Amino acid sequence: MTLTAQDMTEIRRDFPILQTTVRGKPLVYFDNAATTQKPRACIDAIKKYYEHENANVHRGVHYLSEIATQHYEDARQLLARFIHAPSPNNIVFTRGTTEAINLIAHGFAEAILQPEDEIIISAMEHHANIIPWQIACQKTGAKLRIVDLHDDTSLNIGHLTSLLSDKTKLIALCYISNTLGNINPIKSVIDLAHIRAIPVLVDAAQSVGHIPTDVQQLDCDFFVFSAHKMYGPTGVGALYATSHWLNKLPPYQGGGDMILRVTFDSATYQQPPHKFEAGTPPIAEVIAWAASIQYLQQLGIEKIQAYEQSLSDELHHQLKLLTFIQLIGTTPTKTSIVSFTHKTAHPHDMATILDDHGIAIRAGHHCTMPLMNYLHVNATARASLCFYNTVEEIETLVRALKMIEALFS
Amino acid sequence: MTPELRALYQEVIIDHGRHPRCFGPMSDATHVLEGYNPLCGDQLKLFLKINHQVIEKAMFEGSGCAISMASASLMAQYLQNQSLDDARKCFKYFHAMVVDKSEPHEKLGKLNILQGVKEYPARVKCATLAWHTLLNALDGKHDIAKTE
Ligand SMILES: Cc1ncc(COP(=O)(O)O)c(C=O)c1O
Repeated sequence: MTLTAQDMTEIRRDFPILQTTVRGKPLVYFDNAATTQKPRACIDAIKKYYEHENANVHRGVHYLSEIATQHYEDARQLLARFIHAPSPNNIVFTRGTTEAINLIAHGFAEAILQPEDEIIISAMEHHANIIPWQIACQKTGAKLRIVDLHDDTSLNIGHLTSLLSDKTKLIALCYISNTLGNINPIKSVIDLAHIRAIPVLVDAAQSVGHIPTDVQQLDCDFFVFSAHKMYGPTGVGALYATSHWLNKLPPYQGGGDMILRVTFDSATYQQPPHKFEAGTPPIAEVIAWAASIQYLQQLGIEKIQAYEQSLSDELHHQLKLLTFIQLIGTTPTKTSIVSFTHKTAHPHDMATILDDHGIAIRAGHHCTMPLMNYLHVNATARASLCFYNTVEEIETLVRALKMIEALFS
Repeated sequence: MTPELRALYQEVIIDHGRHPRCFGPMSDATHVLEGYNPLCGDQLKLFLKINHQVIEKAMFEGSGCAISMASASLMAQYLQNQSLDDARKCFKYFHAMVVDKSEPHEKLGKLNILQGVKEYPARVKCATLAWHTLLNALDGKHDIAKTE
């Protein structure tokens, strides 16, 4: 089961921005790993909220506040079901993946880490899954260990296994690499880690919305992601954690909403998830995110996955035919994210010239500078596709790349 | 291709980008400074031999996009035997051309070929990297010059 041509016509109408023209040419949006576009359902939900429901949540007994609170908590429930969390209480709303990882890193630095303890990450992590751990290590004297990659850039499980020890306090790993598109064998890693009772954090920023998610089947301890990379608004994301960890970790920020009782000397905190949600949250964004998730559910995440896989196959196939293009990372288990370089044209020159054709890609280090050093490249061009992209758009990219070749050779 | 893009990627720029002039290390440099553009990963190292307030020789090494390499190459060519005063003035003229979008000052000579970059705000940093590095070198700074 995949998306049909009929589905595609409708889907492209559901995303108003796809009708945009850039320098007189139809927009070809291939920068979905940076942020995805929003369906009308999401945009309308924001408008509806501000026009009819705007009020603070958890704070009023008046009509609007009750409606806003209800819709906010409904969104938590929907999200919990979408990733198969046991309860909405396992979902903490954050500003995004970055804040979710910082929340956990802060908690680990406060309550878990001792000097000489170790945190394991991989060589393909986003800065968001590196820097918070560096800070936690600086605070506690713990050490960061980095898992190597094989020549085809796949995760070196043998090396990961060899790093595990009694000192290991956490493994933090991306499900899908935002630079390479690799799908990591996350379930195997979790099983390996749990033999030694080591918790695992999954950076799922690039996976939710593209492949089905079942956090209980994965058996992960932490699972973090951003709304804006799964067709929802910016400024909001979520942390899923097991109840064990949510009870164990200390609050991240203090303020309103996260407390039960406060005196000038002390406070008692709310139960999770509210313990971790200080201050007024991004209410409109959470509610609109729920609208995006419902939109995805209506299409069917399995269908989306199948269609994106066929796009990915076509993209890789087409790029491999271009002798002047080099693909970075050749592992077979990949999504529709591909990094590449040209033999002479720099990625930034490629991006500027592709933009002239209406094609939006990203060029640079993709917030993975250590990975760039590891692979000995300064920068790559990255095309990241999703279910509203088409094979015709891939052909537009290929034509433009051939023009770059003509200009630079 | 739009006229703006054609103006940006002129043959001269692509040629200087691929075959930069004044490229390589310099053993008798009096000033050495590195420049780095964190957004693109463009990096260069500028070598200057300054004697009695005159740049007797300028060379550079590095890697980056066509715009940053061509700009560094054209700048290094321009700097040969320029007084420090003139070099500073030229920085101002160049900056005015690509950032403030003013008409290129006549003193810029063939450096005006880079004026097309003013239509591409995201690429201005590529064109000015070499110039910021130069300014830092003249100001006696020792940190890496950044375009951020
Ligand atoms: C794999 C990965 N992790 C973390 C992040 C950070 O996400 P955000 O900027 O939404 O917090 C990103 C986004 O670029 C990502 O791709």
